[in-house]
Amino acid sequence: MESLYLLVPLSVVLVFLSGWLFWRSLESGQFDDLERPAQELLADDDRPGQP
Amino acid sequence: MIFINTGGGTGRDHRGWMTACFHCGLPVPGGRRAAVLLGAGREFCCAGCEAVARTIVEGGFEAYYRTRTQTAPAPREAAPLELPDAQGEAALILEGVRCAACVWLIEQVLRRQPGMVRADVNYTTQRAQLSWDPAQNNLPDIVRAIRAVGYDAVPYDPQRQDEAHRRERRSALWRLFIAGFGAMQVMMYAFPAYISEGELSAEANEVMRWASLLITLPVLLIACQPFFAGALRELGNRRVGLDTPIALGLAGGFAASAWATVAGAGEVYFDSISMLAFLLLAARYAQLAATRRATAMLDRLMRWTPSAALAPGERITIAPGERVPADGIVEAGASSADESLLTGESRAVPKRPGDALVAGSVNFEQPLTMRVTRAGADTQAAAITRLAERAAGEKPGLVEAADRLGRHLTAVVLLVALGAALYWGNAWVAVAVLVATCPCALGLAAPIVLTRANARLLAQGALITRSSAHAPLERVTDIVLDKTGTLTTGRLTLAQLTPLGRHDREICLALARSLEASSRHPVSRAFGAGPIVTVEAPCNVPGCGIEARVDARRVRIGAEHFCEALVGSPPPGPCHPNFDARWVFLADESEWLAAFELEDAVRPAAAALVEALRKRGVEVHLASGDRLEVGAALARLLWIDRVAGGMSPQDKCDYVERLQRTGRVVAMVGDGLNDAPVLARADVSFAMGSGADAAQLRADIVLTGNRLGAVVDALDTSRRAMRLIRQNFGWALAYNAAVLPAAAAGWIGPWEAALGMAASSIIVMLNASRPLATPEKWKASTSSSRSRSYSYS
Repeated sequence: MESLYLLVPLSVVLVFLSGWLFWRSLESGQFDDLERPAQELLADDDRPGQP
Repeated sequence: MIFINTGGGTGRDHRGWMTACFHCGLPVPGGRRAAVLLGAGREFCCAGCEAVARTIVEGGFEAYYRTRTQTAPAPREAAPLELPDAQGEAALILEGVRCAACVWLIEQVLRRQPGMVRADVNYTTQRAQLSWDPAQNNLPDIVRAIRAVGYDAVPYDPQRQDEAHRRERRSALWRLFIAGFGAMQVMMYAFPAYISEGELSAEANEVMRWASLLITLPVLLIACQPFFAGALRELGNRRVGLDTPIALGLAGGFAASAWATVAGAGEVYFDSISMLAFLLLAARYAQLAATRRATAMLDRLMRWTPSAALAPGERITIAPGERVPADGIVEAGASSADESLLTGESRAVPKRPGDALVAGSVNFEQPLTMRVTRAGADTQAAAITRLAERAAGEKPGLVEAADRLGRHLTAVVLLVALGAALYWGNAWVAVAVLVATCPCALGLAAPIVLTRANARLLAQGALITRSSAHAPLERVTDIVLDKTGTLTTGRLTLAQLTPLGRHDREICLALARSLEASSRHPVSRAFGAGPIVTVEAPCNVPGCGIEARVDARRVRIGAEHFCEALVGSPPPGPCHPNFDARWVFLADESEWLAAFELEDAVRPAAAALVEALRKRGVEVHLASGDRLEVGAALARLLWIDRVAGGMSPQDKCDYVERLQRTGRVVAMVGDGLNDAPVLARADVSFAMGSGADAAQLRADIVLTGNRLGAVVDALDTSRRAMRLIRQNFGWALAYNAAVLPAAAAGWIGPWEAALGMAASSIIVMLNASRPLATPEKWKASTSSSRSRSYSYS
């Protein structure tokens, strides 16, 4: 039971940490377009002579 | 883009720096454009920028851009000036993007431009965010590069509405994340207490409670902020709204739980609070997404703004691929245009001299020279935007009644919650009542459906100018159709030619064509193309006809009395018609030569319209201002049973009124200008809008593309939309009626209340998102016949 006193506060810290991480990714525009990045993977843009 | 330089100049201000464009902040190139806007002189880098900035101010879009007016006057425009090494920045709306491949192509092209620093293309919003080195490149060159690969781009202010949308979306996602993640975590802390059956030690339980409190705090303070802001606003307006019970429930639940945690005794429901917040926010996010999707078409229309730099009477040339900047008439050239921005029809419409061009359409093949008739805020595009905005602010009677009911219900909920809390002596009962019975679903139900219906119809070519039109439209039993300009194109064609004198048909036709060649009158088009003879000194007598000399003889074409004055005797017997504007005569000094009967070409979609209406159980009437025989012939052709001819506008009004007295709900379809009284009399009115000034049409629904099929689309969409709204109201009311007594009796705990309330909102949301589509069959049949209707032009 003693482990609770360490693990529960740790989980609270983790929650806030992941909240901060999500905020960062949101502000960097990661969620502004949810369709295009998935398609980008399929497009070849490194071949020479492409427009 | 059309560049019309309004003056010379170096484009440098007194400090010696390059002047920035008022709109996009780019340096103004050499030949600068200056204009007075918002009471001060502004400079622009291109016609597009000026048009956007000016039309926001003048076009009556205040409602759309009011936020921008309230912010400090354009701080961003000056910003690049303060930093001499600033990068050029712009946002472009891309036209013609259809798939991810298009986006990829545009991105590649943009990134290969000299001096390009960043070029991001967003597929969802069809927008490109650019920044580049101003020393190496400029916006017109970049747009030209996009055009070279077959797309088009229009600059607009990224500070404006797009930024607002992005903020809105981001903060909604952020709130959703906090509430969702918080709810998950709090549920984990609550879990041991639910299953332990008293085995959990008091100390461990306290740790869990404190952890829950710590995590629920940001959920309440950040994620639930819209509910509290809404409740405060309602309080400020001294009006009980939907946010008040939610805010009270959330705050009350949290306060009671927090007190129990601090005091170390009593129940805690942190898990219910954060779960409720998450579910409510999820419903709101879905609503936001649905609205954005539905208004995409309207947004496109609003983002393209007609140029205000032009004045009526000016002549401009529109290159292939360019957008028409103002309404006007083609003076030279033959091409075709895409009018889909206004009419929803993507098929190209042929354009020849004399045809009308609408601002916002795209010229396809050849350069066209046009004379501007209406510019800026007077254009059809601007009028449509204004009308669509007005419609968005209106509600059908049913929805208004539901709003009122919702407000009363909220007051009842608050009283019941207070009463229950006092009776049971338990704050949790009050929280359960507040949360479970908040009539949120009632307020959520109608707006999404109406927005979707209006947007859908706009894309189909039916502009709803009053949302209140949906209610009568749903119940329509009779449709009265006007003839000229509605069922017919309003363009005259030659129906019958009777030679009266020595010449045969061919010569008479050639003579008529030659005489009319000098005229712009609609009649002149009826004789079509073909051989002509030389005429001398043609003279147009307004209201009568045309006189000219052919082989040294005076020849006249026109009204009966006009020709009779030349011949000196009335026209010969057998084909002597009643006087009618549709008869045109040809005569010379010695005798009558020919009589022409002209008629209006029937729109090819007319028959399909009548059939589709009959299938839907709607009685079709034809009310014509022409002679009864003319109307009856058309009615036979289209299988219309009820026909009335020779009607004055007042007669048409009486006709509609008689129908209404027998309990019928009447829709009237007319051309909108001559039919104004009867359109006002009918329960719901349609006006053919193409070519006319949409703002002057006193109709509930304007058919922007003159597509008759849109009448059926409107009927179907309204029926479906009103049915969805009614289902939503029925569900929301039934849920509230069932749950209010149960919650007041203390049978429902806070977590059950949260689940029930959120589930009811989400069910209503999902129902509102169901398709409003009409069967594909009808759409296919009308769009295929539409191209033919344009071949008359």
